[in-house]
Amino acid sequence: MSGMVEKRGRGYWLTHAGLIGGVLVIFFPIYLAFVASTVSQPEIVRPPMPLIPGGHFFENYREALVSGINAPVARMLFNSTVMALGIALGKIVISILSAFAIVYFRFPFRQTFFWLIFLTLMLPVEVRIVPTYEVAANFGLLNSYPGLILPLIASATATFLFRQFFLTVPDELAEAARVDGAGPMRFFIDILLPMSRTNIAALFVILFIYGWNQYLWPLLITTDPQMNTIVMGIKQMFPSGDDIANWPVIMATAILAMLPPVAVVIFMQKLFIKGLIETEK
Amino acid sequence: MSTISLKSVRKSFGKTEVIHGIDVEVADGEFIVIVGPSGCGKSTVLRMVAGLETVTGGDIAIDGNRVNDLEPMERNIAMVFQNYALYPHMSVFDNMAYGLKIAGMPKAEIAERVQTAAKMLQLEEYLTRKPRQLSGGQRQRVAMGRAIVREPSAFLFDEPLSNLDAKLRVQMRLEIKQLQRSLGTTSLYVTHDQVEAMTLADRLIVMNAGVAEQIDTPMHVYEHPASIFVAGFIGSPSMNFLPAKIDTGRSTLSLESGANVSAEGLVLAAQSGREIIIGIRPEHLELASPDRADLTLHIAAVETLGADTLVHGSIAGAGVDGTKNASFAARLPGNARIAEGETLPLRIADGALHLFDRQSEKRIAEI
Repeated sequence: MSGMVEKRGRGYWLTHAGLIGGVLVIFFPIYLAFVASTVSQPEIVRPPMPLIPGGHFFENYREALVSGINAPVARMLFNSTVMALGIALGKIVISILSAFAIVYFRFPFRQTFFWLIFLTLMLPVEVRIVPTYEVAANFGLLNSYPGLILPLIASATATFLFRQFFLTVPDELAEAARVDGAGPMRFFIDILLPMSRTNIAALFVILFIYGWNQYLWPLLITTDPQMNTIVMGIKQMFPSGDDIANWPVIMATAILAMLPPVAVVIFMQKLFIKGLIETEK
Repeated sequence: MSTISLKSVRKSFGKTEVIHGIDVEVADGEFIVIVGPSGCGKSTVLRMVAGLETVTGGDIAIDGNRVNDLEPMERNIAMVFQNYALYPHMSVFDNMAYGLKIAGMPKAEIAERVQTAAKMLQLEEYLTRKPRQLSGGQRQRVAMGRAIVREPSAFLFDEPLSNLDAKLRVQMRLEIKQLQRSLGTTSLYVTHDQVEAMTLADRLIVMNAGVAEQIDTPMHVYEHPASIFVAGFIGSPSMNFLPAKIDTGRSTLSLESGANVSAEGLVLAAQSGREIIIGIRPEHLELASPDRADLTLHIAAVETLGADTLVHGSIAGAGVDGTKNASFAARLPGNARIAEGETLPLRIADGALHLFDRQSEKRIAEI
């Protein structure tokens, strides 16, 4: 008991002060971006920088969403959503199936395939980006959703995670299902998939954010502003040369770009944490 | 109505043969227990019958149909696993119904069968629960229920009670026995626990190192063990063994210690000088006055169990395992007051000697 009381003393307040300080440091630039998205262009460029939200909130956001600078932000948000969902769901489907194959089936070169998949972990997108671009271009995937999604859809990390999870599922469960007459796919759908529910949720959160934050690949594969994703789109909004940047609209876009990943994290937080800590067997 | 027949069934993993040819005919409704130490291949035999392991050689037939190449489901068997293997995300009802659902049975009939089984197993109030909300005994019942609803030709049990505590094990043992009797389903049951084996079995298969050493009723296995292994494995504490020599001239068996044991009642033909091993069960020893004693036990430890008193110690003269003094145990009545460190004169009960050949370790039939 005395230990707990002690903890509630100075240390308790110090940790909280530290945490609150950290949050403020991280939050301040975001707040500045928000303030900038609610004032007018002349107000931003006139020093000192405004620190209190202005009265142009609806005006700026409407302009960003409807007309944007190169393309309407609503369009870019849609593109990003399609890409992030496609990558997250695609990665989950592909990796859970390949993990299923690697763990539950005996086929020639099984271990070789596993190590091949595992090796690709060491090659980030950037390393193979030129050949990947060549292949995607030859398939006519430039400026298309498949072009945005497919090259990023294989995931060694997720395959590895699912493999590790499947290895902890007792063999008797698969055997019981066999005795019950369930074929391999039936076992996968009826038993393995529901058991992986929390793992899938945790992976979805991570992969959605990964997909949403893709910058380099969309920059290469899309040239039509109508196909831009929002993360790269923000950069495209910066004027080249001596043009004046429309900062309020750019900042409004930045704030809008943040919202979907934040929403995903908030709504899936419970499942996400459960997926990382709990094993239900 | 179903029979199981194994004809010189063999199994190899790679180049290592682990099952060296098992033959057994299981009659309809019979409860067969396969018992043996860990690693003897008993589970492998069961899994071959279930169809979870391929058969390397020989034939397995259920109801006279060769099933070697059939999937587990097509063999119409149900299996109960050691760790229950319940589907963790399904309710008790769904766990029991899963096999029937796959078989495409109408929903009403599934519900009826599950209800009947649940009633039989006192699981009715738990049907909506998840396995993790149940106790070990209840999970075991669900696993049994899953087997019952299928109405299979045979139940296969793979050490189903080893995860339960001692008290529950005794209770579930009785329940399994009653259930099997009332359903009359042919059953194969694997265990390493000889008490389970003795109490449940119509017939026992005692396995050792991939070989069925003896297949017989529990009492016959106990009274006439076919080999030293069986004799030592069945019975607790296990049978005492002493090296001896047949001396027909005096119709006695001379022990290494120099003592002689009367072989009266045993007709030993002209086998004088044959080297044998004699086996005496601890419960077939009784206290005797020193002049009538066959053996003298130097007591090392006494275990008082209430009804019985177990006395452990040693007997002068080499043991079968090459030790200088043969270790020895006796089961005496609970009222015997015995202190550690004493010597104890013991008499062997009449007709209680088991004789084994020293080379082959097989039982010598009373010739």
